[in-house]
Amino acid sequence: MIAYLDNAATTRPFDSVKEIMMKTLEEDYGNPSSLHTKGVVAEQYVKEAKNIIASNLKVDAKEIVLTSGGTESNNMALIGGALANKRAGNHIITTKMEHASVHNPIIYLENNGFRVTYLNVDHNGHVKLDELLEAIDDDTILVSIMYVNNEIGAVQDIAEISKKIKEKKKDIIFHVDAIQAYGKYRIYPKKMGIDMLSVSGHKIHGPKGIGFLYIKDKIKVKPIIYGGEQQKGMRSGTENVPGIAGLGQAVKEIYTDHEEKIEKLYELKTYFINEVNKIEEVKVNGVDGISVKDTACHVVSVSFGGIRSEVLLHALAEKGVYVSAGSACSSNHPQLSGTLQAIGVAKDLLDSTLRFSFSVFTTREELDYALECLNEILPKLRKYRRH
Amino acid sequence: MFKAFLIKYAEIGIKGKNRYLFENALRDQIKFALKDVEGEFDVVKEQGRIYVEALSEFDFDETVDALKRVFGIASICPTMIVDSNEWDVITKSAGEFVKNVYGDQSLTFKVKAKRADKHYERTSPEICVDMGAHLVDQFPNLTVNVHDPDIYIYVEVRTRTYIYSHIIPGPGGMPVGTNGKAMLLLSGGIDSPVAGYMISKRGVRLEATYFHAPPYTSERAKQKVVDLAKLVARYAGPMKLHVVNFTDIQLYIYDQCPHDELTIIMRRYMMKIAEKLAEENNCLGLITGESIGQVASQTMQSLAATNDVCTMPVYRPVIGFDKQDIVDIAEKINTYETSIQPYEDCCTIFVAKHPVTKPSLKVIRKSELNLEEKIDSLLEEALNTVETILID
Repeated sequence: MIAYLDNAATTRPFDSVKEIMMKTLEEDYGNPSSLHTKGVVAEQYVKEAKNIIASNLKVDAKEIVLTSGGTESNNMALIGGALANKRAGNHIITTKMEHASVHNPIIYLENNGFRVTYLNVDHNGHVKLDELLEAIDDDTILVSIMYVNNEIGAVQDIAEISKKIKEKKKDIIFHVDAIQAYGKYRIYPKKMGIDMLSVSGHKIHGPKGIGFLYIKDKIKVKPIIYGGEQQKGMRSGTENVPGIAGLGQAVKEIYTDHEEKIEKLYELKTYFINEVNKIEEVKVNGVDGISVKDTACHVVSVSFGGIRSEVLLHALAEKGVYVSAGSACSSNHPQLSGTLQAIGVAKDLLDSTLRFSFSVFTTREELDYALECLNEILPKLRKYRRH
Repeated sequence: MFKAFLIKYAEIGIKGKNRYLFENALRDQIKFALKDVEGEFDVVKEQGRIYVEALSEFDFDETVDALKRVFGIASICPTMIVDSNEWDVITKSAGEFVKNVYGDQSLTFKVKAKRADKHYERTSPEICVDMGAHLVDQFPNLTVNVHDPDIYIYVEVRTRTYIYSHIIPGPGGMPVGTNGKAMLLLSGGIDSPVAGYMISKRGVRLEATYFHAPPYTSERAKQKVVDLAKLVARYAGPMKLHVVNFTDIQLYIYDQCPHDELTIIMRRYMMKIAEKLAEENNCLGLITGESIGQVASQTMQSLAATNDVCTMPVYRPVIGFDKQDIVDIAEKINTYETSIQPYEDCCTIFVAKHPVTKPSLKVIRKSELNLEEKIDSLLEEALNTVETILID
């Protein structure tokens, strides 16, 4: 049996996504910039996808820039946003548990003259509002906070954060990395006070290599890729029509019967947490004293005492159970997870943490199989502890 | 213009009656090296020479690079082939050759000639003199200097005529396959691929053994070793890579023996298994990348303890090398970048904080008595489940 429980890494594309992509590869392979019919047909796919996304977010299609994925969206938002607004100030605020595609562009900006405040988070991975408000000063131009954390599934109260930021300083640009949140929550940027929103296609059963950045009208962002002035010059490069068509289709499908899908995911998550807690020396991260419903429906972070995550990961993979390690490790280059450190996971558990992540394709049988494998493997591995 | 390469041998020339074996091995290795090069080639043995002749358009640089990896080649001479031995044709072709290769540079030169047919109309010295005169007439920028010329122009007259001037050094050594076969203990590190390269340079065909310990070592660690084997095979020719599942043996040793002796005892069993595989595959020796004192398991005492389990000779070509010397070779043969990928054994749980550095054989042998109950069946199991991958 196979239990693919690494859906926060990537998801299996919907069949309907594959179909529409095949069509753009087999018949409608034109370049959207071409003047002839093939070009017009291709352009229709792009327009259609933008319309689907725009109506899903309740924004204008003009406010959507299609990118090569989450990383590019974050880079464009941060680097493009900071460069376009540097006359207004040079201070950026973010958190200590952002994804590398936010963290590293910000380091780049820091190395190029911007001042950065990195906010702490509590043991459940929540931003401390008072600390955030205190960090804001006259020079603050940009705040970037992830909606759902990719390692532990912590969810921020985005609307509340936005409200408080704007009360303190009206013209701050609020960027939200929603790569793990989109498809799991209904997100309405206008209502929630989000100025820029990053999304990736392959986390919602779309293809890899496609994503978008919502940029609110009037927010200034400089392009980071220059060339043939496609997408009104915001993102040059021939549009990835198969990817774009697939993305649009994925958005459509993931938000069909959405409440039921999410409800089912929470049931699976609650079940998995309960069962995994029955195993000895286990700690589920990011759920202390809060309801499961206050965490994302698809991520469970579990620390296994006395186990090296990578070894457990390989042992599970041998049995067809696919998960991620909470932190990338190797004997030479220990690289411990920023998120797990930020939420205060005990030092000896940092390298003992696995992430199980679910999708609409995940079944109870898969979870049972994974649990069965854990129960079989853990005692064997624990016999040989590090000394 | 260059349609062929004249291949000069390194040490083959001295091998007397076995010469044809060496030439055949060299020809086979050349064919292997050229199989992925753009172009079609024929490798021809002809009167004590090997020619690589291009049958189609080909990529010159790629071809030379491939030939530079064939042990046994002393030098590679890009050669013009003239389909005739008539004097007028030869002189005309030599003119074209010089014009193409040297243009109007001012150079001193000397012609060197050979003829296969002793009845040819000119003797070798006559060919030199007449050809020299012809070229001086045609190219005012050339002057003859027989003592210390800038360039030599070689003319070899057979049924066809070969004209060349450049001599590109080859790697030397002896053709792989002329000195038997040995089993390389290939880890994911920097040293063992270098050791394999060095021994294969002496004409030894390689097989390799890798010890895999899932789930403590990852699939990627294994893939890295396969990648390294491929890089070594660019020199050493096709080889078999034997992947041994070592987990149960490791765990058993961990259960039964003092933890500070784990590494030594593990290595002793690795050597035993490798020797067994070597015997099964007609290898005449083992090769390791050990270097004295590099780590705890490579002190003189540790090496003695490891060596103790083998009766087969163990070749350790980098034994006296500093790490940097080994790294230099690894960079030269292009294995370094792959070796330093961070997927090294994840079996740190098996490494003691303070491993013994001066193991006594007596003590180690005594500890191994604890393994008597199950070790033979575990070894048998490991040998029965070897996965063999053909690297070519």
